[in-house]
Amino acid sequence: MAGTQPAAKVELTGTVRESSHRTAPHVTIRGLTKRFSDATIYDNFDFDIPRGKLMSVFGPNGCGKSTLINMIAGLFPVDAGEILFDGQPLSSIKFGYVFQNYREAMFPWLRAFDNIAYPLKVMGVPKAERNGRVEKIVASLNVKIDLNLYPYQMSGGQQQLVSIMRALIVEPEILFLDEPFSALDYEMTLFMREQLQRIFVETATTTVLVSHDLEEAVYLSDRILLLSRHPARAVEFVHYDAPRPRTLQTMSESDFINIKAHCLDVFQREVRKG
Amino acid sequence: MKRFEALLPFVGVAVLLMVWSLTVWARVVDPVLLPSPVATFRAMWVGMTSGKLGVDFLKTVERTIYSTAIAAVIAIPLGILLGSSEKVYRSVEFLIDFFRSTPASAMFPLFLVLFGVGDRTKISVAAFGAGLVILFNVAYGVMNARKTRILAARVMGASRLRVLWDVMLLESLPQTFVGLRNGVSLALVIVVVAEMFIGSTDGLGQRVFEAQQLFDMPDMYAAIFAAGALGYGLNLLFLTIERRFVHWSGK
Repeated sequence: MAGTQPAAKVELTGTVRESSHRTAPHVTIRGLTKRFSDATIYDNFDFDIPRGKLMSVFGPNGCGKSTLINMIAGLFPVDAGEILFDGQPLSSIKFGYVFQNYREAMFPWLRAFDNIAYPLKVMGVPKAERNGRVEKIVASLNVKIDLNLYPYQMSGGQQQLVSIMRALIVEPEILFLDEPFSALDYEMTLFMREQLQRIFVETATTTVLVSHDLEEAVYLSDRILLLSRHPARAVEFVHYDAPRPRTLQTMSESDFINIKAHCLDVFQREVRKG
Repeated sequence: MKRFEALLPFVGVAVLLMVWSLTVWARVVDPVLLPSPVATFRAMWVGMTSGKLGVDFLKTVERTIYSTAIAAVIAIPLGILLGSSEKVYRSVEFLIDFFRSTPASAMFPLFLVLFGVGDRTKISVAAFGAGLVILFNVAYGVMNARKTRILAARVMGASRLRVLWDVMLLESLPQTFVGLRNGVSLALVIVVVAEMFIGSTDGLGQRVFEAQQLFDMPDMYAAIFAAGALGYGLNLLFLTIERRFVHWSGK
């Protein structure tokens, strides 16, 4: 692959290449089209996902929020269009995916520890190294769960935390989360938001979060993609640059309140159109 | 109160023994037809320890285990193969359902022609019946593997073979054990019937039948209870294995 690239590119110095890399979008979506039997969800959809940002996808019910990340992550086939990661196809990158339904996404026959290590096993990493890497991630995230338990012996939040660690263990270039906290109670949701924020601050991994909770979407995100009813268009790409770590205090600041109100306006306008 | 609750399972047994004793004592039924519990359990004890009943019991255990083992060895891999492709399963579903619905006892004459009078016939008919039950359950277990779990493995880059081996196979285990438990029960039924009617010289079925012919009622009841204990024990054995190895079942 590298041999076929123009010679000019090779002459770039490391720093120049790196800085252009930093500002270039991470994921480019071009001409994405997806039809289900009764509706066209995406029709020639173009979008760029920025690098190293936490981006939320928000929109009316059934507009295809989850469908979008499922197509980007290769869970659903696309009818037409192209999705590239730094110009590469999905098969050549490492990514993590966190499902909404942790109960059905975990492997109940494996202990939490082995669940986290499983993606490395698929990649053919030897056992000693697998164990080392799991221990490292557990230590770096400061997780206080007994990982010798089986998933069904854990609370919902603990299971989802294990499932996030399972997604992070491969050191993904991009992390997808499909409504990861919607099956948890409010107390656990607040706790898990902090965990996710901490993970993001520490790893700065490009993150795409689908959320049905606007407060959560704004609170966690640098960018909020507001979608229209299907066929989905990007109605607005809202920036929210409040410093991290954000706290519950952040939610009572005027900046947060204004952005949330603005997103809600746009959302309601889109809902009424249907 | 707690201690009392632990005794609850024995209440039904105690009531049955009491009604049985009263019936015998009051001579409601001809004593030749209904021996007392004491006479029955004495016949069972003597038969199991020093008589022919113990030998027959072991013979029936042997045949049931053989037929279930043969059924499992053939049906489990075949069930995984069929279940891993819904199209393949749909194309043979009618055949499986048809033969599963055919009373295995109706197959005796055919198997007699194929295998002659002897253990091979009894074991193969029982294996045939049990095998279809196991096959159907394994295939359904594989087909009903949680889609999310399969997607989760695929998203991590697992190949089709690895998904089959690491996910679908384990997902199907709870259903496989349902099949094994039903299969071993059916195998026991078929073996006992076969022992009664297709030229047998041993086995619990033959023991029940012979005791009835000789009008030895305590022996007959003893053999019936032995068969009941065997069926219950086999089910319990598989349940214990299941709890041990499929700890996530139903969770």
